[in-house]
Amino acid sequence: MALVRRHVLTGYALLAFVYLLLPIAVVIAFSFNDPLGRFNYTWEGFTLRHWQDPFGPPGLRDAIVASLEIAALASFVATILGTLVALALVRYGFRGRGLTNLLIFMPMTTPEIVMGASLLALFLNLGVATGFWTIFIAHVMFCISFVVVTVKARLVGFDRHLEEAAMDLGANPFTTFGRVTLPLIAPGIAAGALLAFALSVDDFVITLFNAGPTITFPLYVWGAARVGVPPQVNVIGTLIFLAAAGLMVANVLSQIRRSKGAM
Amino acid sequence: MDWLHRHKGSIPYLLLLPGLAWLALFFVVPTYYLAETSLQSGSLDVGYAFSWAWSNYSDAISTYHEQFVRSLEYAGIATVLALLLSYPLAYFIAFRGGRWKSLLLLLIIAPFFVTYLIRTLAWQTILSDSGFVVTTLQSIGLLGDGDRLLATSTAVVAGITYNFLPFMALPLYVSLEQIDPRLIEAAEDLYASKAKAFLRVTLPLSLPGVFAGTLLTFIPAAGDFINAELLGTPRQSMIGNVIQSKFLVLTDYGQAAALSFVLMAAILVLIGIYTKVLGTERLGV
Repeated sequence: MALVRRHVLTGYALLAFVYLLLPIAVVIAFSFNDPLGRFNYTWEGFTLRHWQDPFGPPGLRDAIVASLEIAALASFVATILGTLVALALVRYGFRGRGLTNLLIFMPMTTPEIVMGASLLALFLNLGVATGFWTIFIAHVMFCISFVVVTVKARLVGFDRHLEEAAMDLGANPFTTFGRVTLPLIAPGIAAGALLAFALSVDDFVITLFNAGPTITFPLYVWGAARVGVPPQVNVIGTLIFLAAAGLMVANVLSQIRRSKGAM
Repeated sequence: MDWLHRHKGSIPYLLLLPGLAWLALFFVVPTYYLAETSLQSGSLDVGYAFSWAWSNYSDAISTYHEQFVRSLEYAGIATVLALLLSYPLAYFIAFRGGRWKSLLLLLIIAPFFVTYLIRTLAWQTILSDSGFVVTTLQSIGLLGDGDRLLATSTAVVAGITYNFLPFMALPLYVSLEQIDPRLIEAAEDLYASKAKAFLRVTLPLSLPGVFAGTLLTFIPAAGDFINAELLGTPRQSMIGNVIQSKFLVLTDYGQAAALSFVLMAAILVLIGIYTKVLGTERLGV
């Protein structure tokens, strides 16, 4: 009986993983499809054509470049702002902590469509034309909270004696920060920056509201969805998946190896 | 340098300033402008002006209550489905994962590595009329010959469930992972059956995860319009679709802003009721 129950759960988990991964398999498979018409829905035959010409469809390359530029800028700024907030929250006692936490928490729980609509209302009323920079502003806004949470997690386990030791040895606060604090929390900051980059590249809803004439990669896909998505979109989707998955797997494997070494 | 020494108390505020100012300017202030816009009347031709146009709210609700109810309904069903699907999965990883736990968790968030729109389009392919899911269901008689999956509410709910499932599974996993297995063993030593030990020990201890996961799934699901757009028809359209088209296509800003506010209010009210019913103060959330 116990044996059966064990296998039921394992079998269920296996099915659930198939369900989770099936669409990913479809995205990858259909990047090799050779569709007859404009619609890439049914399997017609294998081809490498789209992989040889990933930027073939007009506008696709520009959209990807715009996405990468915005993500690089937004994640850079959000990482700095978020790290500073995390430092203040973990290292200092101050009045207004509750309000600060609320302000950090709110953007993570507000529906994206409401945030996108609010920002558009702001830009419309102030007469600001939407475009590249309004997307940048929006992305920094929703990335900050995630950076704060990520960096905070890393800072909580931080041994403050190391900094005190540096100060005792005559280092001033800035040297201490640069030579002791920063290197120790760097992995947390890097994780926050990567998360912000990923969120920015993937964002669709808030971007749609504040993009004006600018087209990012998700907006390109949205526009293409009405007239037939070119298989090259699957090629780019596969590449993004491989990059993200590769980074995460490398990270997890190094953790497993480290914990094995510690045992 | 000296200044910093003399004003040590201001250091945290200096650290907070840029980040919080950004959030204040681009998250809090926009809410004010959304409120103001929701009371404006006018059109793109004659311009928009603030006029305490409460009719935006009454008109919006009377015209679009159907989409409202549908949004909450779809989001509710998808949340329950995500909970039922991911609880056993999170349980499996937490208690049977061994040292592969983090790798298995990675499989749960793997869908996030594919752009949201692209993975939803993949469901379009999977559920399409000539796809293997439909043909299989037809061959075993679960689906009639002319019946479809794509462009139905089933497809939209399935898409929402899939897209937000990791938001449910991760908090569930975190709360299950923290349970000391010895507590469950103790219950069994005291002659509780497996089922009873689960119901009286494991399940109550995992409630904080259920609570967090439910909110993290329901909130984005209620505001979603991508699944309804790509997997449904106008007959499945949700409130997000209406807000989106009114803002970006019809430039009916007043009603669009009013609808956004009603959506936010509805979500907050539902969360309030839910929190009260579940009594999470006791859970320490």
